[in-house]
Amino acid sequence: METTTLIGQLPEVTAAGVAIKAILILAIISAIAGFGTYLERKVLAFMQRRLGPTHVGPYGLLQIAADGIKLFTKEDIVPQHANSLIFKVAPVITAATAFIALAGVPVFPDFTIPEFIPVLGGTFVPSIASDVNVGILFVIGMMAAGLYGPLLAGMAQANKWGIIGAARTAIQFLSYEVVTGLSLLAPIMLVGSLSLIDFNEAQSGGITSWFIWQQPVAFVLFLIAGFAETNRTPFDLLEHEAEVISGYATEYSGMRWGMFFIGEYANMITISILAAVVFLGGYNDFGFIAGWIMILLKVAFFFFLMLWVRAAWPHVRPDQLMWLCWKVLMPIAVINVVVTGIVMMV
Amino acid sequence: MGLEQFKNRNVGTQEYKVLNLQESPKTPMAKFTQVAKRTFKGELFVGLGVTVREMFNALFRGQMHTVKYPLEKLPISPRYRAIHEMLRLLESGHYRCIGCGLCEKICISNCITMETRYDENQRKEVSEYTINFGRCIFCGYCAEVCPELAIVHGPRYETASEQRASFSLFEDMLTPIDKLSLQQEYDGFGAVSPNADENIKKTPLAY
Ligand code: SF4
Ligand code: SF4
Repeated sequence: METTTLIGQLPEVTAAGVAIKAILILAIISAIAGFGTYLERKVLAFMQRRLGPTHVGPYGLLQIAADGIKLFTKEDIVPQHANSLIFKVAPVITAATAFIALAGVPVFPDFTIPEFIPVLGGTFVPSIASDVNVGILFVIGMMAAGLYGPLLAGMAQANKWGIIGAARTAIQFLSYEVVTGLSLLAPIMLVGSLSLIDFNEAQSGGITSWFIWQQPVAFVLFLIAGFAETNRTPFDLLEHEAEVISGYATEYSGMRWGMFFIGEYANMITISILAAVVFLGGYNDFGFIAGWIMILLKVAFFFFLMLWVRAAWPHVRPDQLMWLCWKVLMPIAVINVVVTGIVMMV
Repeated sequence: MGLEQFKNRNVGTQEYKVLNLQESPKTPMAKFTQVAKRTFKGELFVGLGVTVREMFNALFRGQMHTVKYPLEKLPISPRYRAIHEMLRLLESGHYRCIGCGLCEKICISNCITMETRYDENQRKEVSEYTINFGRCIFCGYCAEVCPELAIVHGPRYETASEQRASFSLFEDMLTPIDKLSLQQEYDGFGAVSPNADENIKKTPLAY
């Protein structure tokens, strides 16, 4: 099984392979998103010296199934004065864009289905569903488009908390997107390509070639913007219970709400993969550890970091977020880009 | 011995910390330095450190706080006033109540009902004794007034039931005869908890 040799002797990527990959991503990431809720509850509980879910199944593992059943069987309510079309479409936007974004990032190693399996035998399943040459741009753009979900949902539901949530979505979007773009610009200049595979190749020279050493500032900026992008604490303004009930998701119930949830967790995974590929050496082998294990470890670390931060830090006010993004992070990002450019010229 | 040491009322070991809240900066430069200072001070990582430390304490040092309630229960104070119990004499196993009726008389919500009669030895016998727990306010007067330490408050605080009459008949409250050896002696109304000394802040007797 070739895991990391994406350049060169690649077998031909067929439509069947991409389709299989798409199904794999959908199935596995949905499952991981469900498992992520379990992990989040457990980790948060441990950090607060609680036990978390324990009763359903061993160690509470089947809690995911119980939650899933609950989500699917809940009454699906569309509020009377809501714009029902937009209300119904909005969660689909969030979930769909989250998964479309995953099409552009490498998820799991590539492999060839063994010959002895009928029909599909011999099909090469690529690590990346669609290696567009503007990979990063595509992923970031898709995740940004995903913000339409909360925005439309909040405005369509005829609920004041929803409206506030939508307004916060707008300002959050306006704030962090600049930082995300600018912080990624510096590594992009270094690599000279937007393809994530080129990023991976550029960092194949062991731990010293990771971009986090060359671009620590960009890494921190990207991490901060990534937290804002995925609505995680300390930037979970959109649905902060203590302030706006559930923000944009106030009127949602059942599976529609579940789609927002899955979208959020898929986004967390995407951001983790992006951070791992762009700054932490991607899926290159690390010593004796295979590349695909490395990327899983890195993604797991970033996922854990998000939960960790949620347990530790309070969240900021919307105006503080704008202040932070526009007055602090953006100038730093610009300076970082300029300095990178000067260093490259010299 | 002077009076001074009696006047010192802070006998305990409390360590109050006074928060040092500085004034918010006024000038733009002062604001900038404050932001820069806070940014590079690493306070955020202290927060991260605390949470991860607590996680390790909880997972590996047995400092998990959760009490799995229906399976394990916290001890309650001996002064807790829950469902009443009628105690028995330890020697004979006979119930202690002498049917004096003081508890019925003092009960401020009038929820104790009792009937007594003379038995064959011309001694008073309790023929009926019920407490209407729908009305009882668990004030504890009945336990306080009882001359025989017969009626006491037990530790049974889970009082949900299907029947209004649950727990409230004389036989229900009476210590089962086979559990006589397990009967907890009641320290009397207003008994202090066993760890009372730890909980009480010493204050001087003279001022
Ligand atoms: S606790 Fe108070 S209200 Fe309840 S039976 Fe005793 S005296 Fe009456
Ligand atoms: S006060 Fe005590 S002894 Fe007298 S009737 Fe009530 S329970 Fe019995």
